[in-house]
Amino acid sequence: MNVSRAWVVWAVVLPLLALALLALGACIGSTGFDSLFGLHNDPVATQIVWDIRLPRTLGAWLAGALLGLAGAVAQGLFRNPLADPFLLGSASGASLGVALALVLTGSAASQAAFDGAWLARLGLTGAAFVGALAGVLLTLALARGVQHTLRLLLAGVVVGVVLSAAKDLVTLAAPDMLQAMQAFMLGSTGFVGWPACVVMAAVLLPCLAVSRACAVALDGLSLGHATAQSLGLPLVGMRSALVAVLALATGTAVAQAGLIAFVGLAAPHVVRSLVKSTHSALLLLSALMGGLLLMLADVLARWVLAPQELPVGVLTAMLGGCYLLWLMHRQRSFGSTP
Amino acid sequence: MLTERSVISVNAIESIAVRADSIGAGHGNTLVLHGVSVAFAKGRWTSIVGPNGAGKSTLLLVLAGLLPHTGQVHLLGQPLASWSARQRAQQVAWLGQNQTGGDDLTAYDVALLGRLPHRPWLAAPSPADHAATMQALQATRAWDFRQRLLGHLSGGERQRVLLARALAVQAQVFLMDEPLTNLDPPHQADWMVLVRELVTQGKTVVSVLHEISIALQADDMLILNKGRVLHQGACTNVDTHQALAAVFAQRVSVRRTGEQWIALVKP
Repeated sequence: MNVSRAWVVWAVVLPLLALALLALGACIGSTGFDSLFGLHNDPVATQIVWDIRLPRTLGAWLAGALLGLAGAVAQGLFRNPLADPFLLGSASGASLGVALALVLTGSAASQAAFDGAWLARLGLTGAAFVGALAGVLLTLALARGVQHTLRLLLAGVVVGVVLSAAKDLVTLAAPDMLQAMQAFMLGSTGFVGWPACVVMAAVLLPCLAVSRACAVALDGLSLGHATAQSLGLPLVGMRSALVAVLALATGTAVAQAGLIAFVGLAAPHVVRSLVKSTHSALLLLSALMGGLLLMLADVLARWVLAPQELPVGVLTAMLGGCYLLWLMHRQRSFGSTP
Repeated sequence: MLTERSVISVNAIESIAVRADSIGAGHGNTLVLHGVSVAFAKGRWTSIVGPNGAGKSTLLLVLAGLLPHTGQVHLLGQPLASWSARQRAQQVAWLGQNQTGGDDLTAYDVALLGRLPHRPWLAAPSPADHAATMQALQATRAWDFRQRLLGHLSGGERQRVLLARALAVQAQVFLMDEPLTNLDPPHQADWMVLVRELVTQGKTVVSVLHEISIALQADDMLILNKGRVLHQGACTNVDTHQALAAVFAQRVSVRRTGEQWIALVKP
C-alpha cells in the first residue's frame, strides 16, 4: 500500500484522549476536584456532574469540533493556511445579532441571560445563529457567489468590519448590556446544556459527511482552480456545499459558545504537523482535534483559578496565539515560506 | 451512399484530435486571442511558440475547455460543449505553467489526483488507479520521493510530480504549458522520450515551450504572435524556420547539426 494510513491511528487516538478528558472534566468544577467514584451516594454531586459538568464539557468538544472542521474547510477553500472559520462575516454577524437581541429585549433579558435563564439563552442563541447566517449570506451576495475566491475573502473582510461597527453602535446606544455582550464576545462554554449538545451534534454529523464527500474538490483546488476544473470536478456544487458547511458549522458553534478564537485556525495546523494526509482525513482529524483543544481549554479554564473561572475564549486566544507564533518561528528557521 | 471524396474528408476529420475555429478569448476585459483557427492531428506532437503575451497559454486553456471563448472547439470530432466535464477530463489532460499550491499533499496523492476523472464519486482509488499512478510517477522519475510533501520538494522534483499528475489521467490529448520549467537537461530528455512514447501510442501532445531548440524536436510547430496564428507547419520545414526568425525579430536563427535542428539566439 503506497498511501500513508497513519491518520487512521490518530482517528482512534484523538477520541480516546477526548473521552479521558471528558471524565476529567466531569470531576472539575467550582468545588475543585471531586472523584466520580463517590457519586452514587451524593444526589447533589450527581446532579452537578450530570446536569452541568458533563454537558458543558461535551459541549466544548462539539463546539470545538465544529470550529475545527470549519477551519479546515476555510483553509482548503481559500487556499490559505491562515484562513479562519470567521472569515465570511459569521462572527461579526453573530455579535450584531446578539447585540440587537439584547437591545430589543431590554436589560432585563440581558440580566436573565447572564443568570442563565434558558428562554433568554435560547433567544440569544437563535439571534446569534441568524446573525451568523445573515453575515455569511451578505458576504456571498457581495461576492456574487462562491466562485471567485479573492472576491469572497474581500467581501468577508468588508462585511466583518461593517457589521462590527454596527454592533459597536448598538452597544454604545445601550451601555447597560455591555456585560452580557462581553460574555458572548469572549466565548464561554458555561451556558451549554444538553439541548445545546444535541443541536451541535445534529449539525456536526451532516457537516462532516457533506464536507468529506466534497474533500476531493479541496485536494484538486489546492493545485489551483484551473487544475481542479480540468479534472472534471463539479466545482460549483462542491464549493457551494463547502461554503454551506462553513456557514452552518461556524454559526452553530458561535451561537452556543460565543466567539471562540483560534481553535478553528489552529486545529488543522496541529493535524498537519502530526500526519500527512489528503483533505478527506484532514477534515475528520481537524474536527476531532478542534474538539480536543476546546475541551482541554474548557477544563483548564475551570481549573486554573478555581473556584473562579476564566472565559474559555480568552484562554484559547492566548494558547492559540502562542502556538501560531511558535509555528511561524519554526517555519522561518526551516527557511521555507509559510 | 458515400462518394470517394466524402470518405476522404471523413477520414481527415477523424485524424484530427482537437480543432479550433475562429477562437476569441481573453482575461477580464482584455482580448488575448483574435480569431485563432488551428487543428492538431492525432498521434502528433505540436509545440506552440511565440513571444511573451502572444496568447499561447490562453489558447491552451481554451482547448482544455477551461476558459470561456467565442468560436468553436471540437474535441475528437465532437463540439467541446457537448462533452460533460467528466468525459472531457478523461480525454484531455491539462498541465498549467508554474503551478503553486498542493504543498500539504504528498507527491503520491498529487499524482493520484490525475485519476479523479476515472473514479466514481466517493469511491476509493481502484488497483488500476494505483497502477496508473505508479506508472506515471516512475515515468517522470518521481517514484522515489512519492511520500514526501509537495511543499518540501525542489522546483524540478515538484514539476516532475505535476507532470506525473497529468500523465496519470491517461488521456487522448495532453495539453502542457511550459512542462520543462525547472527541469535539468537529463529530465528534459526524459520528457522528450515520454512524449515520443505517447505519440507512438496515438496520443496527441500540444506543448507550449520557450526553449526553441526543444520545440524544434516536435513534429509540428504553431507560431503565435499578438493573439493570431502566424504559421503552422512541420518543424523541419524551411517556412517554419523563417517564420520563427520573423516572429522573434530576426534575433533567432535555426541551424542544422547532424539530424537535429537547433535555434541560436543572436546578440
